[in-house]
Amino acid sequence: MELIRINNVTKIYKNGVCAIQDLDLKIKKGDFVFLIGSSGSGKSTLIKMLYREEKPTRGEIIVGGINVAKLVNRKVYKLRRKLGIVFQDVKLLPKATVYENVAFALEVLGETKQEIRKKVFHALELVNLKNKAKYYPDQLSGGEQQRVSIARAIVNDPKLLICDEPTGNLDPKTSMEIMNVLCDINNLGTTIIMATHDKEIVDRLQKRVIVLDSGRLVKDYEKGTYDNEAS
Amino acid sequence: MKLVRMFGLSIRDAARSLIRNLNLSFASISCITITLTVVAVSMIASYNVDNFTKLIKQDVTMVVFLDKDITQEEINDVETQIRLIVNVDSYEFQSKEEAKQLMQESSEVLNKIMTEWDEKENPLQDAFLIKVLDIENIKITADEISKLDNVSVVKYGEGMIEQLLVVFNIIEKIMIGLILGLVIVTFFLITNTIKITIFSRKREIDIMRLVGASNITIKMPYIIEGLFLGFLGSIIPIIITIYGYYSLFEQFGGIFFSPFIQLVKPEPFIFQISLILIGMGMFIGMWGSASAVRKHLKI
Repeated sequence: MELIRINNVTKIYKNGVCAIQDLDLKIKKGDFVFLIGSSGSGKSTLIKMLYREEKPTRGEIIVGGINVAKLVNRKVYKLRRKLGIVFQDVKLLPKATVYENVAFALEVLGETKQEIRKKVFHALELVNLKNKAKYYPDQLSGGEQQRVSIARAIVNDPKLLICDEPTGNLDPKTSMEIMNVLCDINNLGTTIIMATHDKEIVDRLQKRVIVLDSGRLVKDYEKGTYDNEAS
Repeated sequence: MKLVRMFGLSIRDAARSLIRNLNLSFASISCITITLTVVAVSMIASYNVDNFTKLIKQDVTMVVFLDKDITQEEINDVETQIRLIVNVDSYEFQSKEEAKQLMQESSEVLNKIMTEWDEKENPLQDAFLIKVLDIENIKITADEISKLDNVSVVKYGEGMIEQLLVVFNIIEKIMIGLILGLVIVTFFLITNTIKITIFSRKREIDIMRLVGASNITIKMPYIIEGLFLGFLGSIIPIIITIYGYYSLFEQFGGIFFSPFIQLVKPEPFIFQISLILIGMGMFIGMWGSASAVRKHLKI
């Protein structure tokens, strides 16, 4: 069963740059998909359109039954509640503790204190940070900060996790730790789309690989490696 | 239940961010304090000027002199007709004997001269002393009364009153313009200060949007924070208004340099001003926050 359907999508920015061109794509529930391509290939634009930071100029994007292209600004939260987003720059609140950062995603949904506590500790356990709940982001390493941001993204049990180069700032060992966490989450049934430049990760995990070039889908391998892009 | 919980959380978040962003909060509160103090002083000044002009206007009396040999019956007729004129607020009859007595009391020289007059020699005239409702129409009323039978002449300080009215109108317009201008400047100053403080928290707003907070959920803590800032910023201007005006009033004994210029009594005046200040502070704080956040709700 498909979770994401992209039909004939084109994105042209106001300055005339065409970031995505006539893109068609389907992603099934439970998939783990790598989105690769050189800088300017349209990866980030596609990721941004999935969580409706950008709107397609033409075409249709259906995420979990929601037509993203037609979603008005004030209704965007309905889409975002169905997915989790992880960024390269982690986007944590610097003046809030690890617990508060993760709880934040549930507080805005109006959940009770008890529910929040239970779910936050569960999410922190999944990313192995239960013992650092009271730390502030600047007291954590880069990898730990990224794990907090993953915990925040999965705390409300989303169907889809969108990751925009989550290992971009991390060393290979820490990157693999993050990938292990993401694989665990994927094994629990969450669909993951991850934009990356990290060859080692893509090669090692052997997941579905989608290659973009100049805004067009050029390759789609069921179990691909980064090398396929070059071929 | 969920709404109440969310509202409670908004209050907690507002208080928390007020403390966590203490420097920026302090900047906003200081800006509100300074601008509201200026507004308070100008409101007090303009209200007093307005009060002074009102008192002067109330003091203007029109004197309707009646014919010399008027009978009581004719006086009654004139009175009936004066009573029917719409712009007449109140009137009082003053016989020529009463006028003579008043003049005697006012000056010793007049007293000496007038004592020698007997009743038939008294050259003064019976008169009606009239207060009008609308001083702007005093000339029309005076013309109307002067056309009545047995009315000899109508005097109200013509010429001077018109000039006074022109001056008062100009003062009133300047005061309204000044207050309006100040309120607008205050509004922009406060909202811009709050906008700057909120701009520094753009990241926080972006994250809220990304984790699925609805726009109203994002705005609420900021609106409440703006309300807190407005409230805290209006405390000092209110203290200055209350204590400052009380001591000014007592210092000058309720009059300002001349007995003509009476100060407005402190109560309930200063409390009304305080209410306006706190209302203004809280409203502008809320508005500033809401409009500042609205700008960042695009991601």
